[in-house]
Amino acid sequence: MPINAERSRKKLTSLKVNGRVYEKALSPISTLLEILREDLGLTGTKHGCELGECGACAVLLNDVPVLSCLTLAVECEGKEITTIEGLADGNRLHPLQTAFAELGAAQCGYCTSGILCVAKSLLDKAAQEKKSNPGRELSRAEIKEALSGNICRCTGYLKIIEAIELTAERLNLFHRCEPVREDR
Amino acid sequence: MIRLPEFSYYSPKTLRETLKILASERGKARAVAGGTDLFPNMKRRVQTPAVLVSLNQVKELHRNISRRRSAGIVIPSGSTLSEVSRNQLIQQFYPSLSKTASSIATPLIQNMGTIGGNLCLDTRCTYYNQSPEWRESVGYCMKAPEGKPDIPCRVAPGSPQCVAVNSSDTAPLFCALQGEFTLVSSDGERKIKACDFYRNDGELYLNLKPDEILSEMILPLPENLKVCYLKLRRRGSFDFPVLGVAAALKIANQKVEEARIFLNAVSSAPIEAAESEKILIGSSLEDGKLKKETIAKSARQAVKYSAPYDNTDFYAFWRKEMTEVFVKRALESLNEPEILKEL
Repeated sequence: MPINAERSRKKLTSLKVNGRVYEKALSPISTLLEILREDLGLTGTKHGCELGECGACAVLLNDVPVLSCLTLAVECEGKEITTIEGLADGNRLHPLQTAFAELGAAQCGYCTSGILCVAKSLLDKAAQEKKSNPGRELSRAEIKEALSGNICRCTGYLKIIEAIELTAERLNLFHRCEPVREDR
Repeated sequence: MIRLPEFSYYSPKTLRETLKILASERGKARAVAGGTDLFPNMKRRVQTPAVLVSLNQVKELHRNISRRRSAGIVIPSGSTLSEVSRNQLIQQFYPSLSKTASSIATPLIQNMGTIGGNLCLDTRCTYYNQSPEWRESVGYCMKAPEGKPDIPCRVAPGSPQCVAVNSSDTAPLFCALQGEFTLVSSDGERKIKACDFYRNDGELYLNLKPDEILSEMILPLPENLKVCYLKLRRRGSFDFPVLGVAAALKIANQKVEEARIFLNAVSSAPIEAAESEKILIGSSLEDGKLKKETIAKSARQAVKYSAPYDNTDFYAFWRKEMTEVFVKRALESLNEPEILKEL
């Protein structure tokens, strides 16, 4: 096959998003964010800076959080893509979503879907590690580090961190020193 | 939505195929791995390569980080920054590299960006990393898109060359660790020392031919080496460094046998602070620690190698002043036995 045969034509690609397979003819220049929002109608993933500087577009690729604005959609073939729409199980919210709602951890909500994806990956990884290391617990420092690529321009970071801690506590992954303050 | 410009796309599976494409496209093709540096630049039309060759499927670039008996630790360039920072061999032999990789940009970017990409990071400048509208309004700059020659540097109009900044965190560290890079093209393979890989020229900042790619990095096994990398940036995450200091000391018989100090983000390439090193070499330790006066003297000498311009965050004169402070802090941290000590 001559090398040029592979040039920038659209390529039929199957994307597996939240367990469902979509067949799409994709141009190589399309980012995963564009395809999710514009072609698949999954607008829960937000577009912020689109330059990799805000984390609003974070999704999970094989359970690893990545920026969908800087990922070419054609490169996602054969990988499991999880977006915010894939967190809840039907009408049952993901424990993170419940905690975010209970503690009011979403203000304008724009950064929330990216943060929930990152937090889910953190909790899943910690739960996995707990199997071989029963003493494994998350710390606030670890949560902050994991979230350090997600900007909340409402600056509501404390509630976000507390909601993740609450979820981790319910999953037996976090030990709280002080109770959550009622007034927050 | 900001879209990527049009490009032709290849996703080869083997290194041979990759090199064949790069050779046949004669300089029009850009290799891309994580894309965390190139794609934002392309979205801003700062770079508009006609052809992109994705390295993400190339199996030779995604082997495991391994120990090669005689040579040392071999890191394939396609390892992501997360993989490097979490790798057991790296944590065991080069904790400073693990720590540095985990401090680059954000965790999301570390999951995507590769170590090879960070080492080849495009130089940055406030007149370059802007939207097309912004750049057009000031009439572009020396690091202009193709076909716009003879534009002066906007930062230093008298400068014969571009002064965009090398903002890689791992580059100075690999220089200080005496790493060696393997560059491959369809003509074959060549090895280059990390410190010779970089050119102090914002436009042609790498000794890398258009049809060549960085395939792996080799770090010699450390012997009585203490290493540290410190950086200055506005926020503790996201930001590129505006000053980076990598320091490595080889200690033998209570004396400094070898010293290497590299500064970055204050020029277009990692710069070796030779005078600072000279002061350290041969100096004797007190209780296993560098003497305060030696540190102070060495740090003072580093300032003359620091040549920042006002083309990134913070004032240039302050970054120059901070060079002394950061070299001092780096050397002081080497006195702490528990942190950052390599085997």
